[in-house]
Amino acid sequence: MSPTSETGRGGQTGPAIPLATATPKAKMSKRQKAKLSRGIQYAILILIAVVIALVADWPTLIDSFGRVDIAVDMFPEVITGALKNTVIFTALGFVLGLAIALVVALMRLSSVGVYRWLATIYIEFFRGLPALVVFLVMGFGLPVAFPGFRLPQLVIIMIALGLVSSAYMAETIRAGIQAVPKGQVEAARSLGMSSSRAMITIVLPQAMRIILPPLTNELILLTKDSSLAYILGSSVDGRELAALGRAEIVNSANLTPFIVIAVCYLIITIPLSYLSRVLERKYGSAEPGAK
Amino acid sequence: MSSTATTSARETASPIIAIRNLKKSFGSNQVLTDINLDVDKGEVVCVIGPSGSGKSTMLRCINTLETPTGGSIVVDGMDMMDLDLDIDAARTRIGMVFQSFNLFAHLTVRENLTIAQTKVLGRSKAEANTVAEANLAKVGLSEKINAKPSSLSGGQQQRVAIARALSMDPDVMLFDEPTSALDPETVGDVLQVMRNLAEAGMTMVVVTHEMEFARQVADRVLFMDGGYVVESGPAREVIGNPQEQRTKDFLSRVLNPGQLG
Repeated sequence: MSPTSETGRGGQTGPAIPLATATPKAKMSKRQKAKLSRGIQYAILILIAVVIALVADWPTLIDSFGRVDIAVDMFPEVITGALKNTVIFTALGFVLGLAIALVVALMRLSSVGVYRWLATIYIEFFRGLPALVVFLVMGFGLPVAFPGFRLPQLVIIMIALGLVSSAYMAETIRAGIQAVPKGQVEAARSLGMSSSRAMITIVLPQAMRIILPPLTNELILLTKDSSLAYILGSSVDGRELAALGRAEIVNSANLTPFIVIAVCYLIITIPLSYLSRVLERKYGSAEPGAK
Repeated sequence: MSSTATTSARETASPIIAIRNLKKSFGSNQVLTDINLDVDKGEVVCVIGPSGSGKSTMLRCINTLETPTGGSIVVDGMDMMDLDLDIDAARTRIGMVFQSFNLFAHLTVRENLTIAQTKVLGRSKAEANTVAEANLAKVGLSEKINAKPSSLSGGQQQRVAIARALSMDPDVMLFDEPTSALDPETVGDVLQVMRNLAEAGMTMVVVTHEMEFARQVADRVLFMDGGYVVESGPAREVIGNPQEQRTKDFLSRVLNPGQLG
């Protein structure tokens, strides 16, 4: 044997000796360690659940949040009235918001400097403003500032929700448009399309695939923001879920209505979350145009 | 060669592309210094030169994808720098093929070939379809008419892109390094399509690194470097017997890539 190969072997056996003495610890492979750590995490989780279950005062809890008779009393009005109104408010706000957002996004990408400024100011302003403030200004500020200015309740809610959602959606749409490769526009222009036709027939359809999942997310957020409509006050017919919940709590002197409306919000938002995931799987990860 | 026939045709007609004193700068970076080029009807001009020499910028100025800083460009009698010119209509007569294909990713091959025909030229769906099918057959991809671009190889995408440009019935075709982004085994198919097009009498300006293609197909070769046309002339002379030192250096680097210096 050559001397080099001998020293090579010696080098390998050297660290093997301390390894052998530490056998019990070192025997755990990476996978086993991960298994153990996961086991500990599960144990902690179960422990927390058990402690909560033992500590909680169940009879009181059920008495204040889980009165079946009160919950049953809310039906079917909570679905036919309040849930329906929440969906209508959200849908109207979303459509208006989407329309404003598209215009603002195109202004933001415009070659005209003034448009870009206006769009930036609009986005920064409404993105930074709490939705509550927008509702207060729309519902109470404007009628004071412009006496005689009186819009139907539904329109006020629609505009407020539209303004709140449009700033976020404008940024989403802008990012989607910018994610479409520049070469797509160049090809369209070199075929004789005007810049607006290239935007409508080539860029926006491709941007749509990119922005659909985040837009669905925005719809979920907006569903929850629609609860702010309650501060405007409303007739019994015009109540959405949050307003109905508050009224029922006062009526029944019990907190069960909260649970009912919470479930109602989830009835709307969970399918939307699912839709968002489906859309993301379909369009989000894949290259636009991929089958 | 057929040069005698094309020469006589060239003498009678005015050039279909006339570039005079073309200048282009991006900010303080002057990319094109002073370009002059006449291309006659049916002529194939290949533009060669090191990267950054302004070849692609010159090509993109012809259909004003890049706005020239100075000079004049006349294509088919249209002053491309005239602000009153309907630039969209003018561009329909100038086909362009890009290095990165730029097929519309959300549309099928058929829609890629028909969308500008129907929306820009106002052709009927049926007419646009007939034209699309004929051009797709020309590039040998009839069976891919309903495919999405993402399912095609690079070479196939580029041939579809050529068919898309041809579907507008352009008078001139511009090729911007059409084979540079392709796998070596698909380059040949694209070059063959371009060769057929040249033989059919299409006026072509081709920015390329394919010296063999330039030698065989081009009527004229332009060597550009540093924003100038350094040398131009018949393909065999510029590539086979270059006069300028810069052309010699470039060609020796391109033709013998293994050698240093």
